[in-house]
Amino acid sequence: MGKIIKGGFLAIINVVFIWIALYLLSAQAYLVFALLLLGALLTNFIFILPKGYPYRYLLPAAFFMVLLVVYPIMYTVYISVTNYGTGNILNKEQVIAQFESKYVLEPSSEGYSFQAYRDSQDRLWMLFTDSEGRQMVGHDGELTPVQAGDPLLGQLDGFTELNRVDLVRATNELSAQSFAYDDLHELRMRNINAFSLYLQQYRYDVASDRLTDLQTGTVYEPIDGYFQAPDGTRLTPGFRAVIGFDNFRRLLGNPQITGPFVSVFIWTIQWALLSVATTFVVGLFLAILLNDPHMRLRKVYRSLLILPYAIPAFISALIWRGLFNTELGVINQILRATVGSSVPWLQDPFWAKVALIILNLWLGFPYMMIICLGALQSINAEMYEAALVDGATSWQQFRHITLPLLMVSVGPLLVSSFSFNFNNFSVIYLLTRGRPPIVGAQTPAGHTDILISYTYRLAFESGRGIDYGLASAVTLVIFLITGAITFFNFRFTGALEDVNKNV
Amino acid sequence: MYRKHTFFGGLWRHTVMIVFLVFALFPILWVISASFNPANTLVGQSLIPKNASLVNYKEVFTSEQYPIALWIKNSIVIGLITSALVVVMTSLAAYAFSRFRFKGRREGLFASLLVQVFPQMLAAVSIYLLILSIGKLVPSMGINTHAGLILVYLGGAMGVNAWLMKGYFDTIPNSLEESAMIDGASPFQAYYMIILPLARPILAVIFLLQFIGTYSEFIFASVLISSSEKYTLAVGLQLFIHDQYASRWGVFAAASVLGALPIVILFMFLQKYLVSGLTSGAVKG
Repeated sequence: MGKIIKGGFLAIINVVFIWIALYLLSAQAYLVFALLLLGALLTNFIFILPKGYPYRYLLPAAFFMVLLVVYPIMYTVYISVTNYGTGNILNKEQVIAQFESKYVLEPSSEGYSFQAYRDSQDRLWMLFTDSEGRQMVGHDGELTPVQAGDPLLGQLDGFTELNRVDLVRATNELSAQSFAYDDLHELRMRNINAFSLYLQQYRYDVASDRLTDLQTGTVYEPIDGYFQAPDGTRLTPGFRAVIGFDNFRRLLGNPQITGPFVSVFIWTIQWALLSVATTFVVGLFLAILLNDPHMRLRKVYRSLLILPYAIPAFISALIWRGLFNTELGVINQILRATVGSSVPWLQDPFWAKVALIILNLWLGFPYMMIICLGALQSINAEMYEAALVDGATSWQQFRHITLPLLMVSVGPLLVSSFSFNFNNFSVIYLLTRGRPPIVGAQTPAGHTDILISYTYRLAFESGRGIDYGLASAVTLVIFLITGAITFFNFRFTGALEDVNKNV
Repeated sequence: MYRKHTFFGGLWRHTVMIVFLVFALFPILWVISASFNPANTLVGQSLIPKNASLVNYKEVFTSEQYPIALWIKNSIVIGLITSALVVVMTSLAAYAFSRFRFKGRREGLFASLLVQVFPQMLAAVSIYLLILSIGKLVPSMGINTHAGLILVYLGGAMGVNAWLMKGYFDTIPNSLEESAMIDGASPFQAYYMIILPLARPILAVIFLLQFIGTYSEFIFASVLISSSEKYTLAVGLQLFIHDQYASRWGVFAAASVLGALPIVILFMFLQKYLVSGLTSGAVKG
């Protein structure tokens, strides 16, 4: 019974594999096809060989991890060395096809008057007549010269001729028609009365990999994702191409990009540090007060103080955006009533940062409070008794007993919290969207943008066009930094040793 | 460390507590109050609304242009499906890591730790393009589908979840399964009939953390979903308010209260479990 289920399961999986493989082959995605083949083989081995048994349990998780995490990361690395972005979206073949389908009106060409017919299957047939009365029949992209009395003409008589009104109705269909006249020319619709000869503007030569302008004779050579003439003029659109480390060079060498990038970078570090510091100080302070057995109502305080943490952060951030509203927000109303002046919370770079820190303190202090309470409760009370005997003050007890012991368990969580806030996209994006903008920046950068929101805007929201290449380069910088922090944290907590020990 | 409080000692402690209570609770109370205020604007709101009414809540359920109730439903459905699949997937993987010895086990554990280092959203561009091409093959899993979105969430869900779960499985003694296997149970039956029931607390924690995380996620939801009736609350609410605090504040407040409610309730009931999960390193989204 088990064998039948296993066999059936494997058969279904293989059918899916074959189906995807056929699709990939037809799309000419050979690299992905090879990877798929490898995956299919592995899957079959895992299910057929007894040795593969444990791997069966890992298969679903591993599949999604490889498809949606590992593969995208590798693809990001690849994009970071390309010029992928607005102006270079298409691949080279598509761009060449686009150029080759460009036609210009042949200046010397006279017009051809035409009549249009439909046969019984509704297909279009054309009869062209030039100024000297010579006639051609056009159908399905091909032209056939005809003399008077040609059987083809007789055939046309059997079809329905389109009258003036029909012609106007069929304008779109007619203007999509093109008939090869000779090697260089096509017959296309010029206006409702006439067709004309059009000249192909560009011709691509596969052997030399050059694009030639047939009218001017200029030869374009593909350089860095563009077809470029000897005098340096580039044809647009460009195509996707590997351009090496240009994106990283732009990040570090182009003042209009480097300036904002560095300022975004510095604020990211400040933001992560300040977020951890403020939430930790407040959380620890409250935890110490709440851990005091003489404190009345401490259970009530505790469960109420936790509330901000229970609300989804995206809702809280949007609510606070309303509270911080400069004209109407309640915070400024209170300030006006008490201090007599208001604060431009979301318009001024400094105050926008303050607003973010306040919001993040609100969101994050309950978490710190919870973990500090847990850690405080695990500290042995005898330590304090010994300290009291030695005559230590409260501050000395805190400094020399509480803090060091607390740090053992809370320290790694602080580091995780740092890297979480380093990439805390939602708070930044929902409260300030990175605004106010940095004046004079070539990329869409704002004073409160952190690296990750900056990347998002480069890739998805730039008014001046998207720049996937640059966005991916910034992404890799973030990868490296987050990776380094986490590696340090692993070493610190011994998570890596855990892995070793467990084998 | 703690001594009995003097009068002033008690006074300053409670003053500090009250200050932080105001800080923590004021925004919440303010929004709840706004949700009952029929004026629907930031202007002239007071903490206790005059002429309190349910107008805003009615709008949440009946607005045709902004189907907020539908967005909440979408978020809940996507969250439930994702969390259920994640629990199945990670418990299978964690069982293998905990009970079998095989080649690549150490590397696999290490990889699941490493993967959480890289926030999935950093690869948003690649993932967008990937889902786009999956959509060409299977249109029901492409861009602007809930299935495509769930697919992305499944990919990002390994890592800390598998690690937490494996840690819990390790604490369940082997002897139960061994005796079951002597009676002829297969390893899969041991997993299904012994380990899973015993591991219920950790399954609940993972399910909840995943549900809360998915419910709040809005980056992929906004990149991948483009039609209004498919939005999740995280995307829809943000587009709904879109800086129109002056004219939509009341309805927004009602939507916020309703949207936060499922999570707050879950959180309150399962605080005890969640706290243990949190202290072992999980971070809420």
